[in-house]
Amino acid sequence: MNEVWIIIGMALVTMTVRYPALVLAGRLTLPPGLLRALNYVPPVVLTAIIVPAVVFQHDQVQISPTNSALVAGLVAVLVAGRSRNLLLTIVLGMAAFLAWRWLLATLGFST
Amino acid sequence: MTLSTERRLGAALSAAPTATRRGEFWAGARATLPLIVGAIPFAIIFGALAATAGLSPLGTMAMSAFVFAGSAQFIGVNLLAAGTSAAIIILTTFVVNLRHVLYAVTLAPYLKHLPQRWLFPLAFWLTDETFAVVITRYRRPDPSPYKHWYHLGSAVAMYSNWVACTLIGLLVGRQIADPRSWGLDFAMIVTFIGLLVPFIRTRPILVAVGVAGLSAVLTNSWPNKLGLILTALLGVAAGVWAETRRPPVAPDPAAPETAP
Repeated sequence: MNEVWIIIGMALVTMTVRYPALVLAGRLTLPPGLLRALNYVPPVVLTAIIVPAVVFQHDQVQISPTNSALVAGLVAVLVAGRSRNLLLTIVLGMAAFLAWRWLLATLGFST
Repeated sequence: MTLSTERRLGAALSAAPTATRRGEFWAGARATLPLIVGAIPFAIIFGALAATAGLSPLGTMAMSAFVFAGSAQFIGVNLLAAGTSAAIIILTTFVVNLRHVLYAVTLAPYLKHLPQRWLFPLAFWLTDETFAVVITRYRRPDPSPYKHWYHLGSAVAMYSNWVACTLIGLLVGRQIADPRSWGLDFAMIVTFIGLLVPFIRTRPILVAVGVAGLSAVLTNSWPNKLGLILTALLGVAAGVWAETRRPPVAPDPAAPETAP
């Protein structure tokens, strides 16, 4: 039941963002400062999701090579930075994550 | 634009055989193809992972069919898995999708002659990919009266691919007993990294991202992911601040000296 409301709510707010601006944009001008600020929203929100996911392990900050998510995250940043290729980033990032996790398990580290 | 002016324009263009409704539609779909290829793994991973976040198969399909916003769907499912309240998920969706305002404002001048039966679906189908493809078509100087058919072709291609690949992901995901034990939930984070890194082209964006990262770690234990909203505000504020205090790239030699 909860998911029905989540989906309806997500659909409504998404349309609220897409539709009125398309229809009204010719009639009202948005302040340029607001438009500039909107540029920062996607990278900021993505960062807010990525950083805790790679830095925390079992609710503890874990900046160490025993954190496979952190290691693979850094690999993905390097691949994305050099190639700008989403598919390649996903494939190599996941490969690094699985390989590193396997290596840690083999060497007897608990992950 | 009235029907009669549309007809007059059409008559003036009869010399250009490519400017037909059908021709524009397929040209739009074809131009979107490379971006569709990029969206395929994204949609498949979404379909496969939504179940691990507790979304039913029907809910997974409904989200792709009715919300149709890739990043927001991923983030929504990620928050759902973390036990986040519906209100915060919907608020976050709103924040993540705010960038569509920019796209809509940019497209509006090219669409203002269209009736509602066009505007509503084109608004619903607005995505990063379709925006990127159609804005270059609208800006091309040729006077084709059917550029909105090109837009429609791009939008329909993106949408049908997104829904179909969500279904494929859903079916594949059910074959895998526990996607989490395979580390498939990490695929979402890697996908986000692949989306984020190309954004970081300027110093202010780097500042915004740095502040957001720090804030996200410091507020991680806050209940209901409330820290996410604060982090978004702080990051955007930091970016705007960095932009205003950025020194000019190259001083204009012709400009008169205003400060000693």
